[in-house]
Amino acid sequence: MNATIRWVRGGGLSTLLLLLPLLLVFGYFAWFPIGRAVVMSFQETNLVTDPAWVGLDNFRQVLEDPLFWTSVRNTLYFTGLALLFGYPVPLVLAVVMSELRRGKGLYSALAYLPVVVPPVVAVLLWRFFYDASQTGVFNTILGWVGLGPFSWIQEASSAMPSLVLQATWANAGATVLIYLAALTGVRGDLYDAAEVDGAGLWRKVWHVTLPQLRGVLLITLILQVIATFQVFTEPYLMTNGGPQNATVTVLLQIYNYAFRFGDYGAATALSVLLALFLAVMSAVYFRLTRSWSTT
Amino acid sequence: MSTRRHLGAVAAAVMALSLVAACGSDDDPAADGGNGQDGGSGDEQVTISVSNLPPATESATREAFLARVEEFEAAHPNITIEPSEYEWDVTTFAAQLAGGTLPTTFEFPFTDGQALIARGQLADITAEVQELPYADDFNPSVLEVAQDDSGNIFAVPTAAYGMGLHYNRSMFEQAGLDPDQPPTTWDEVREYADAIAEATGQAGFAQMSQNNTGGWILTTLTYALGGRMEEGTGDDVTATLDNEGTRQALELLRQMRWEDDSMGDNFLFDWGTINQAFAAGQVGMYIGGSDVYNSLVTENSIDPSTYGLTVLPLEGDDAGVLGGGTIVGVRPDASEAERDAAVKWIDFFYMSKLTQEEAALADAEALVATDAPLGTPALPIFGAEQLAESDAWVADLVNVPLEQMMSFKENILDQPLVPEPPVRAQDLYAELDAVVQAVLTDENADIDALLETANTNVSALVEAG
Repeated sequence: MNATIRWVRGGGLSTLLLLLPLLLVFGYFAWFPIGRAVVMSFQETNLVTDPAWVGLDNFRQVLEDPLFWTSVRNTLYFTGLALLFGYPVPLVLAVVMSELRRGKGLYSALAYLPVVVPPVVAVLLWRFFYDASQTGVFNTILGWVGLGPFSWIQEASSAMPSLVLQATWANAGATVLIYLAALTGVRGDLYDAAEVDGAGLWRKVWHVTLPQLRGVLLITLILQVIATFQVFTEPYLMTNGGPQNATVTVLLQIYNYAFRFGDYGAATALSVLLALFLAVMSAVYFRLTRSWSTT
Repeated sequence: MSTRRHLGAVAAAVMALSLVAACGSDDDPAADGGNGQDGGSGDEQVTISVSNLPPATESATREAFLARVEEFEAAHPNITIEPSEYEWDVTTFAAQLAGGTLPTTFEFPFTDGQALIARGQLADITAEVQELPYADDFNPSVLEVAQDDSGNIFAVPTAAYGMGLHYNRSMFEQAGLDPDQPPTTWDEVREYADAIAEATGQAGFAQMSQNNTGGWILTTLTYALGGRMEEGTGDDVTATLDNEGTRQALELLRQMRWEDDSMGDNFLFDWGTINQAFAAGQVGMYIGGSDVYNSLVTENSIDPSTYGLTVLPLEGDDAGVLGGGTIVGVRPDASEAERDAAVKWIDFFYMSKLTQEEAALADAEALVATDAPLGTPALPIFGAEQLAESDAWVADLVNVPLEQMMSFKENILDQPLVPEPPVRAQDLYAELDAVVQAVLTDENADIDALLETANTNVSALVEAG
């Protein structure tokens, strides 16, 4: 009893009450749907009549779907390409921009500009740029230097790299800003010391900048991997999974189950599998990199 | 506790409680049958919501719609109609149904009928429909799209069309072709496409390939060449995607794409984007429903003088034309009274335009007043004579270039109408999207192997039911 009174007098109750709206909003709009999705992954439902429990049937159906492995392969391909191109680009831009003596604000704004463009607008704009005819925007520009015309999104082999190019353009700006902010935290005397030791620009970046950014780099890496595993907007709007299923990703497959075929059981089953995979991968990643993260 | 802490706690409690109240307020219409009414049929008061109220920007058709609502309510004092601007969207349908925001009656395309019936997302309205005076007069191949295997009726067909070949008359002229003599064989389609591409630099012929439309149009081509995607009835349906008609259809596409290079540079069209490209003069010919002209006018502002429509060439013993159209269904959780009221509304609002001169004229006048297209060729919901009669009622008001569609209108009734594949049609179409895309984007695509794989995949789905 005394403990309760102490808790109330100590501000425990008002803290809880202040927290309650947040808990309720989060609970209702985030945790409850997550819980419902897990339940639905074991059901067959038309969302109107009582659902039927089907055990693991939905999971079996999803794993036996010929498009499952295609979508996994495509997603891994997108993630790999996005890491290869999308991960170093913002870092290089941020390091170069941090070295600039003038116009840093202007370049930051320019780098961030694509992030301000609504994703749907950006993707549809790029679909227009990717016109595969000789008069297409990119093909015309590349034609001036004797390249192309390229098929871009109209051919299975070039469709996914085309999506990655657009996604890198669209998303690099936000990461550049994170790196720029992190770079301001790198102590100047470390660079001075390196310079005294005769280090050039490259050695300063390698031995001072990168180790100092280690913590941020590790976080942005896992965030990018998680985000690219959930790629949806680009393949949905640009190619709708085509040509020949070359850009069907796991999330697009989930969308198709739910909203194209009305199969909510299969959609939630695949969602649960993806969530589990990402959770396990994140846990393993943080465990493996725990000793590297010194910040 | 300090005053400030007191105030903070009270404010937080008020916020929390108001949130709980907001979340918990049980205004879920699905809980009471979706429309706030329940109970049996008869003279008791019942309220139903109905779809496709024209938006405020189309004032004449909206007023005409609302006038019809008043007229209906006057004739049925126990029924209250709540008009809604809801229009069918396959991606939001299930969520709106579950959330209770789907109207009691709603329009949707033929192609989604079987999937909705299979998933139990439509009410069985057999008893109510059979009370209608024209219940036995429906064209059986049209009514079939709204029936299950046992013949139970889940919706009412209100408009039907046949697939046709749309062509750009001015591109025909540029290519030295006579726009009044559209192609009558698939060889001619290929020749014309080549000529148009050569003369204009645009796609002579284009093909949809996304969002299940690739499979839909390939099925149309297959039927026109005498093939079928599925054979058998009831539980004995088998997938036959690797039939000779489909093989010929894909071979035709392959030739136009890779030998003639007459299909342009975009091979990822869907229904909306191909209409857009056609209206913009980037496509010489394409296959689509005969009612597409309405959308080309209202959505894409096509120049009517450039538009032409003809029937698809039918070749092969069992060749036929794929049909499509609009059906109106009722929410599966509607009460008996709501179902009864809903079918009365369908009869009054949709069917009277087809069966009564006065209603047909009123509807036509409202359409013409907003420059909405009137007179696009349709297929009979009942019989050819009845269609001719209802066409004659509004003949003076027709505002579409009908003479440019006569090649279709005069011949379509002679073409055998073939319904869509009966089992898992949308899955089948989705599977074939990838096949069409493969043929159009990969010069070395192996048509036989593609069809064999697609057939295996669809067979597994058909067997699963």
